[in-house]
Amino acid sequence: MDNGQLIAVLASILLQASPLIIAVCGETLTERAGIVNLSLDGTMLLSAMTGFVAAHLTDNLMLGFAAGAAVGAFFALIVAFSSIQLKQSQVATGFVLTLLGDSLSAFLGQEYTRLPGPSVPHFAIPILKDIPILGPIIFNQDGLVYFAILLIFATSWWLFRSRPGLELRSAGERPEAAFARGVNVRRLRYLYTVIGGALVGIAGAAYSLDVKIGWSEGHTRGLGWIALAIVIFGGWSPVRGAIGALLFGATKAAATVLQRAFPEVSVVAFNALPWLLMIGVLLLVSNKIVGRLLVNAPPALKRPLQRMLQVAPPAALGTELKNE
Amino acid sequence: MRVELQNIRKHFGEVRANDDISLIFEPGKIYGLLGENGAGKSTLMKILSGFQKPDGGKIILDGKARRFDSPADALAAGVGMLYQEPLDMPPFLVLENYLLGQRRGFAVNARQAAKDLRELGKKYGFDIQPEEHIRDLSLGERQQLELLRLLAGGAQLLILDEPTTGISTEQKVLLFDSMRKLAKDEGKTLILVSHKLDEVQDLCSQVFVLRKGKLVGEAKLPCPNELLVNLMFEKLPPRRERASREQKQVALELKDAVVATPRLELQPLNLTVYAGEVFGLAGLEGSGQEILLKACAGLLPIRSGSMQLGHQPLDQLDYHAARAGGISYMAAGRVEEGLVAGLTLTEHMALVDQEAGFFVDWAGSRARTKERVQHFQVVGTSESTVEQLSGGNQQRFLFAMLPSSLKLILLEHPTRGLDIRSTDWIWQQLDERRKDGTAILFISADLDEVVERSDRIAVFSGGRMSRVVDAAKTNAEELGHLIGGEQ
Ligand SMILES: Nc1ncnc2c1ncn2[C@@H]1O[C@H](COP(=O)(O)OP(=O)(O)OP(=O)(O)O)[C@@H](O)[C@H]1O
Ligand SMILES: [Mg+2]
Repeated sequence: MDNGQLIAVLASILLQASPLIIAVCGETLTERAGIVNLSLDGTMLLSAMTGFVAAHLTDNLMLGFAAGAAVGAFFALIVAFSSIQLKQSQVATGFVLTLLGDSLSAFLGQEYTRLPGPSVPHFAIPILKDIPILGPIIFNQDGLVYFAILLIFATSWWLFRSRPGLELRSAGERPEAAFARGVNVRRLRYLYTVIGGALVGIAGAAYSLDVKIGWSEGHTRGLGWIALAIVIFGGWSPVRGAIGALLFGATKAAATVLQRAFPEVSVVAFNALPWLLMIGVLLLVSNKIVGRLLVNAPPALKRPLQRMLQVAPPAALGTELKNE
Repeated sequence: MRVELQNIRKHFGEVRANDDISLIFEPGKIYGLLGENGAGKSTLMKILSGFQKPDGGKIILDGKARRFDSPADALAAGVGMLYQEPLDMPPFLVLENYLLGQRRGFAVNARQAAKDLRELGKKYGFDIQPEEHIRDLSLGERQQLELLRLLAGGAQLLILDEPTTGISTEQKVLLFDSMRKLAKDEGKTLILVSHKLDEVQDLCSQVFVLRKGKLVGEAKLPCPNELLVNLMFEKLPPRRERASREQKQVALELKDAVVATPRLELQPLNLTVYAGEVFGLAGLEGSGQEILLKACAGLLPIRSGSMQLGHQPLDQLDYHAARAGGISYMAAGRVEEGLVAGLTLTEHMALVDQEAGFFVDWAGSRARTKERVQHFQVVGTSESTVEQLSGGNQQRFLFAMLPSSLKLILLEHPTRGLDIRSTDWIWQQLDERRKDGTAILFISADLDEVVERSDRIAVFSGGRMSRVVDAAKTNAEELGHLIGGEQ
């Protein structure tokens, strides 16, 4: 493989990973606020279908994305409402919505399979695209990729540098204490569940309008679960989550290459590769093993290493605010 | 700020936690609030600080009636409360924890805020490191942070609910100094809820006493302790002299045992505890005594050396083997480690039932629970969930769940948060068990308790165990020196 080819592969990994990155950022926001929206797989299918159909019918790309976002926001609103207002289990609601989104997308999308529709146009950013190596990989892409990259930094800044982000995280860690500090935990959980859901919806539409253009039944099936796994893998941090999404894309690309090199090995084995990698890394960063590895680390390095490697889920993830 | 409570009422089902309480707190003074476990002190203070809503009654601040919808509301009106367990954010940085809830600016100016926080700390004599994680701090430090946060939020009335349980002596002195300063120099009103009469006498100028949800008396301090005790308890049974230990049978023996956690490695331990003996462990929190206890309970592995229970070697001990072998462990965190939030007392009893088969004998469990609840004088019913119990009653219930025949009981802070009567009562129960040859190994931060209740004592400091001293021949002062690391 020469340099040009390598750059092309890397650019394609970035493009493939972009919708995942968007979904991961959205779900990270939601889970950081203490709600787990498990319906991602169904949401993405339904919004991929809706997004495509809306864009196809109106011939307007933006309307397609807006429709996808609306579907995602609506599903998320159901999760938020049933858990916050009706005190139902978030896991149960999420599962039901996953199944609903899947079947609904298959049913409503029947008439629209394998049709042409608008797709996100390629747009190289002047000047930046001429930076050696990075330019063609990152800045010779389309709007979706740029949006995903901006989103990583925006959500990260929001979560860890802004005051609203502080409140958002507090609702996910210890809602009772957050409430005592005057944080409106319920409103805030609604807000971030809906925003997170809208982003997941955009991610769904991104598949049918950009990465895997068009609609067919089960178009994005499985990708929602992958996004959920990557949120955990990324330790509820957008930057680490994005790295996870890229790593996932890279192993998939590697699997394709390997498969061509070793045609006698079953396809299934190579498809399992990304998962094996993910499980391996999760084990590696598990607190026990990190703790053991760090016992002999120099004290000056211990703290920052620990901070980087050890992650815990938001302590109140999936629980309700209890007061009175 | 002058604070007036008028006819405050709060009922939890049958329980009248607050029954028509009226009180006045004047500015610039420190008040004590006393009462036995479950008397309603915390409830009253939670109402005053906006954490719970009263069923009836009025809160009047400087002549104006107020209603609080949340603790943040109350703080905005000048009322701040430090809870028994600090209401902070363990995964956050100290700085983030401080900033949360402050309404200023959109982006956080971390550098400026860190500087402000350090200075505020200095003003009250607290050494604050804004970049540390809350979860790495001691209880006393977390408390200091909460105090600073409330002061920064404009608190004029500060409520401290049992602030000295679980903090070191130095931290206590520091806390009391700053409390005095706040009252005298800044004219703030302070309320101290406590079971420790000496502290109250030392700090407060006036006390109010609650019993069973009612205000039953007040007194100007100083006054004789007996007067306060008589107000708090209708009748206090006389203290029984404890029998001295006779048996010389070994209950627990450690030889060159090495135990370590990622944070602290203990020096090799040599320790013998005899059957029927009460062995006290003192030391600052985190000095290693907790690790020893956990190792004996089978919760931490012994890396080298040996441990024996009676004559039985216990090298590969795990928690369940320890339980089966007759070792019982009671952790300091009641609700976190000892009890299961959300389960009723009966369900707890069914859980610890050792002969339990697949089917739960609910009627039997309920009967047993009722009998134990009565015997151990737990204020609650077999159908209460554990978080409905007051702190003291949770502790009593933990004792009620201990299996009946045991070789060794390991206790972390067995009487933390308990009133005098319950404390006495718990030790009586433990004394009864000593007669059957049960050995008791316990940790306490209260040096007087360690001296008074133990037969022998060892002190931990920085992972080292001191020589073993005879309780009859020592005093709190000597232990204090040992805690400081003297040999
Ligand atoms: N949320 C609740 N639900 C039901 N009962 C409650 C609840 N909170 C408190 N109680 C009951 O109200 C009574 C008063 O409790 P409170 O916590 O105010 O006592 P306390 O004086 O602070 O006791 P302690 O010294 O043990 O802390 C107790 O009998 C307790 O069981
Ligand atoms: Mg209390």
